[in-house]
Amino acid sequence: MVLVYTEINKNRVKKSSLECVQYASKIAALTGGGVTALVNQASAEHLEELGKAGATAILNMNNESLNADHMLSCAAVEQAVKQCGAKVIVFAFDIAGKAIAPRLSARLKAGLVAGAIDYPVVNGSTFEVKKNVFSGKANAIYTIHSEVKIISLLPNSFPVVLGENKATIQDFQPDLSAVKSRITIKETKSNATGGMVPLPEAELVVSAGRGMKGPENWGMIEELANSLGATTACSRPVADLHWRPHHEHVGQTGVAIRPNLYIAVGISGAIQHLAGVNGSKTIVVINNDKEAPFFKSADYGILGDAFTVIPKLTEAIKKFKANQN
Amino acid sequence: MKILVAISNVPDTTTKIQFSDNNTKFNAAGVTFIINPYDEWYALVRALELKEANLAEKVTLIHVGLPDGDATIRKGLALGADDAVRIDAEGPDSFFVADQIAAYAKEKGYELILTGKETINYNGSSVAGMIAGVLDYPLISLATKLDIAGGKLTAEHDVDGGSRVVECELPAVISCAKGMAEQRIPNMRGIMAARTKPLEVVKPINSPEVSGPLTSVKSFDLNPGRTSCKMLGEDQMDELVKLLHTEAKVI
Ligand SMILES: Cc1cc2nc3c(=O)[nH]c(=O)nc-3n(C[C@H](O)[C@H](O)[C@H](O)COP(=O)(O)OP(=O)(O)OC[C@H]3O[C@@H](n4cnc5c(N)ncnc54)[C@H](O)[C@@H]3O)c2cc1C
Repeated sequence: MVLVYTEINKNRVKKSSLECVQYASKIAALTGGGVTALVNQASAEHLEELGKAGATAILNMNNESLNADHMLSCAAVEQAVKQCGAKVIVFAFDIAGKAIAPRLSARLKAGLVAGAIDYPVVNGSTFEVKKNVFSGKANAIYTIHSEVKIISLLPNSFPVVLGENKATIQDFQPDLSAVKSRITIKETKSNATGGMVPLPEAELVVSAGRGMKGPENWGMIEELANSLGATTACSRPVADLHWRPHHEHVGQTGVAIRPNLYIAVGISGAIQHLAGVNGSKTIVVINNDKEAPFFKSADYGILGDAFTVIPKLTEAIKKFKANQN
Repeated sequence: MKILVAISNVPDTTTKIQFSDNNTKFNAAGVTFIINPYDEWYALVRALELKEANLAEKVTLIHVGLPDGDATIRKGLALGADDAVRIDAEGPDSFFVADQIAAYAKEKGYELILTGKETINYNGSSVAGMIAGVLDYPLISLATKLDIAGGKLTAEHDVDGGSRVVECELPAVISCAKGMAEQRIPNMRGIMAARTKPLEVVKPINSPEVSGPLTSVKSFDLNPGRTSCKMLGEDQMDELVKLLHTEAKVI
């Protein structure tokens, strides 16, 4: 049995959760058994979606306090592992997965591969999982030696294809009375994203750097992003200079992303920037310096002044979109 | 209160990565090693600031690794940590490292354990959570602010689509991300003082519950990266859109 930790956010099953369920169903095909999704406070539609992504069973919890402290969610997962006899547990390598999976690993003494990018290779009793290392410069194949195995999957590693499967649904009430949470929430703040897809989940990203000269010039970047339905991002100096909010900063110190399309405008392509974006499927670089290192890591390059190229590109995209409809 | 800051010894961010022994080992020949940037800029500097504000008595560095990490540990001492301990073992995986740090923290009574949000070599983001798991301490993951008042921590940390301000009782483990502090450059006095600060070397503990490593690396391979970039002129935007649609299939 493969157990998947899934989450609802803003009344949607998180995309990374659906990816994990689908990933888990591939593992189940290798190891045998079904896929159980653990979820909290899911609606009928959410449950249906988890089924379509490949869950054969769903444990639906109803616990308001669970999200307050990862210690509680970890205890819930632990009890779900016992209940369904899971031998493999899958998380997304996202905010919750980064907090819960390591704690679970330590508690169960179960080996964890954090940030997997491919399906495990299972051969008799050997179980190998590939992940990025050295900030995307290399990959490593890890062997998990423990009987119970934990994998957290790097978001956007696989597209989600929903099928027709229906899961059996069970209410699940873990007993958390023995867990003493020592964290109290004082305040919750939301990033002002203006309705864009959050950066870690975005498939299309338009990112801009110091080449844009100043925050007053971001209008054209936003317009380009809007024309595509893309999320905006930026390089580190841009966030450090407060031209853009910190949650848009991508790279080694910022958010690591791997969208289908990454358009980099006026970004030089420093190695630390690349570390957070080189997993993107397609990279387009717009820069007026032909020596800009980013061209070496791009699929398509436009040598030119961003201030003339961007309006033209936005125009071309609008035309393309209009023709598609 | 004493703060334990876990530091990792990693290749400088600009290192050209190479492997040896049939792609089973990282080739450290000619590589410059540094303190993992998040451990240094955020965890260590914030710990030092808390001490300077008289909110902590002592800042100790802990590193799990072999003697080749000593130079990196001295850099941390030069920045202002009071002393350091090196657990003399080549950590086979994150759990081993976390287990060693947890055991030391518990034995010596450290109430606050800080790590960076991830290492730039193995990118696991796992050690802080594992320490918290071993010790049954709360974890504040991806914290961007940290303060202490009245024996309690106040921290801000990232959650999906935003952030959260929390209060947390000690003891606790914090993984530190950007925002918590600013990078410092060690001064000459710090560098001189670091030479004589205590660096204790201790033997690893044997965890009674695990017989061998939970995970190990079987092999590495380099990401080939992109080999050719198709160049277009600024009047070829329709062409670019077409390529993105038909060739790259991303729009
Ligand atoms: C340990 C470490 C971690 C780091 N982490 C990160 C990170 O997470 N993310 C990150 O981004 N950086 C990071 N950096 C910083 C990184 O090294 C670079 O300094 C940074 O990425 C540069 O940002 P930039 O490309 O926006 O600016 P610049 O390097 O100044 O580049 C601006 C680019 O814009 C181009 N340009 C200028 N005018 C125009 C125009 N009119 N039209 C088109 N192009 C134009 C220029 O040719 C140039 O290539 C890190 C550094 C270190 C040491």
